[in-house]
Amino acid sequence: MSDVEKMSFEDAIKELETVVGQLERGDVALDESIALYERGAALKARCEAKLKEAEEKVAKITLGEGGVPAGTAPLDD
Amino acid sequence: MEVFITAAAGVGQKRTDLSDLFEDEPSDNTPEFSVSEISGAVKKAIEGGFSHVRVRGEVGRVSRPASGHIYMDLKDDRAVLAGVIWKGRAQGLAHRPEEGMEVVATGKLTTFPGQSKYQMIIEDIAPAGAGALMAMLEKRKAALAAEGLFAPERKKELPYLPEIIGVVTSPSGAVIRDILHRLRDRFPRKVLVWPVAVQGQKCAPEVAAAIDGFNQLTPGGALPRPDLLIVARGGGSLEDLWGFNEEIVALAAAASDIPLISAVGHETDTTLIDFVSDMRAPTPTAAAELAVPVRLELLAWTDQQGARLSRALTTGLGQRGQRVRDLGRALPQVDALVEGPRQRLDYLGERLPTALRGAAAKKRLQMSEAALRPGILSRRLAEYRRRLDGLADRLGPALKRRTRDGRTALEQTSRGLRAQVLHDRVTRQSERFETMLRRLSDRASRQQAERLSRLEALDRLRETLGYVETLKRGYAVVRGDGAVVTTQVAAEQAKALEIEFSDGRLAVGKDARP
Repeated sequence: MSDVEKMSFEDAIKELETVVGQLERGDVALDESIALYERGAALKARCEAKLKEAEEKVAKITLGEGGVPAGTAPLDD
Repeated sequence: MEVFITAAAGVGQKRTDLSDLFEDEPSDNTPEFSVSEISGAVKKAIEGGFSHVRVRGEVGRVSRPASGHIYMDLKDDRAVLAGVIWKGRAQGLAHRPEEGMEVVATGKLTTFPGQSKYQMIIEDIAPAGAGALMAMLEKRKAALAAEGLFAPERKKELPYLPEIIGVVTSPSGAVIRDILHRLRDRFPRKVLVWPVAVQGQKCAPEVAAAIDGFNQLTPGGALPRPDLLIVARGGGSLEDLWGFNEEIVALAAAASDIPLISAVGHETDTTLIDFVSDMRAPTPTAAAELAVPVRLELLAWTDQQGARLSRALTTGLGQRGQRVRDLGRALPQVDALVEGPRQRLDYLGERLPTALRGAAAKKRLQMSEAALRPGILSRRLAEYRRRLDGLADRLGPALKRRTRDGRTALEQTSRGLRAQVLHDRVTRQSERFETMLRRLSDRASRQQAERLSRLEALDRLRETLGYVETLKRGYAVVRGDGAVVTTQVAAEQAKALEIEFSDGRLAVGKDARP
């Protein structure tokens, strides 16, 4: 199993879905079902964290000599 | 004709003979030009009369010598016009002339006196109408398709949730606002805008450089590399969008390692970049929708998964608990489990003494039956005694014989041997022989003693088991003429009968019978 803290949002939701499905089918051993629940809870937390990272930050690239990016400037929108 | 005559008449006022006049000095009054003069006059006339013209025609032969000028023919079905685009102009052209292209060339006419030719100096050249542009686009499309740039397997999958989105477009205008607005609605993200001209001659090189530039950025650097690109432009005429049909743009988009969404013009506009991009969006707004999922929906989904997770665990635990309780109820009582075995134990316990008594009685019966046949024992005893006697008789002679044989052999062997050695040997062997003889006779007498004591023991057993003991229990032995009588017939044939009791014998005379 990979480290939940390093998972991409997409991987986390895919695995969360699998975990929920497994638990709901109820065909896992008791010990395993508790471990699965804990894994699922961690995945859910990861998903929520990634969803809370919704931050809008818009910048315009400023170009220096020869069209090479020199830095960013706020977008005068 | 009349005018001509009038004119001639005027001239004819000086000359009487009209015909003389025409024959002798026909060009005397016509100005005379040198070749250069007339060429210069023609040049002046043409340049003056055609200083700014637009000529429509098909591009014929095109040559591009190292000088940088472009020489080309413009033609239609009946005429050919030579043209030249000077180096300085050629570099700034929006459309490079290609053979077969239907174009409108703008410029002026001039002559080339050195070769008695006239030609057109072309300042600008543009495809003649949409049809011509489309034809050119089709040609480019075919060429790129042949290179495999449109192949579906080249398309990269868009990231589900990009962290940074790079947008190649004009920094001012509705397009970037539409994109940012829709991103904000769905899932606010970090956006890097690479400003480019979205029309005109600078458009294609700038867009290509921007796509390449985004790819050059290092992930997580000061300018972080986007994980998704959007190349966008609002609607416009075919000519306005033409930059996105240029090969350098298509090639840059194809070379991009970052997944790329193209959104150029309106839904009905298709440009070359749309064929090579990983995803084509009909509008810039649609591009934003393809770029990110809806955050609120995902939050709701995540909550829902969390609820299902907890419910599944609770349900799982509840069902297991219920099963444990059900099984507990179904478990039989301990008493019930031991009842059966206990009953069996009781039953067997009751039968045990009876069985023991039965077995004892059976053995006793077997014993008593065996005791009634003393003949077997006597026979066996007699046989043992006979074998013993035989062995005892053979023992002595056998020993003597072997001693004698040994001595004889010894004497025979000792002949011819040296006396002293032989004597010693004989002495030693005799001693050994004596010893062995002693051991042999010891063993023989010991075995005999053992056999005798076994015999005595057996005899004692015989005594115990013999019929004499049986007599004490009330049985009697009947003898007739000295032999045991066992049948009535034998008794009747006997001359005299004798009954033996445990304490003595009683003679019964035949005469005593009735």
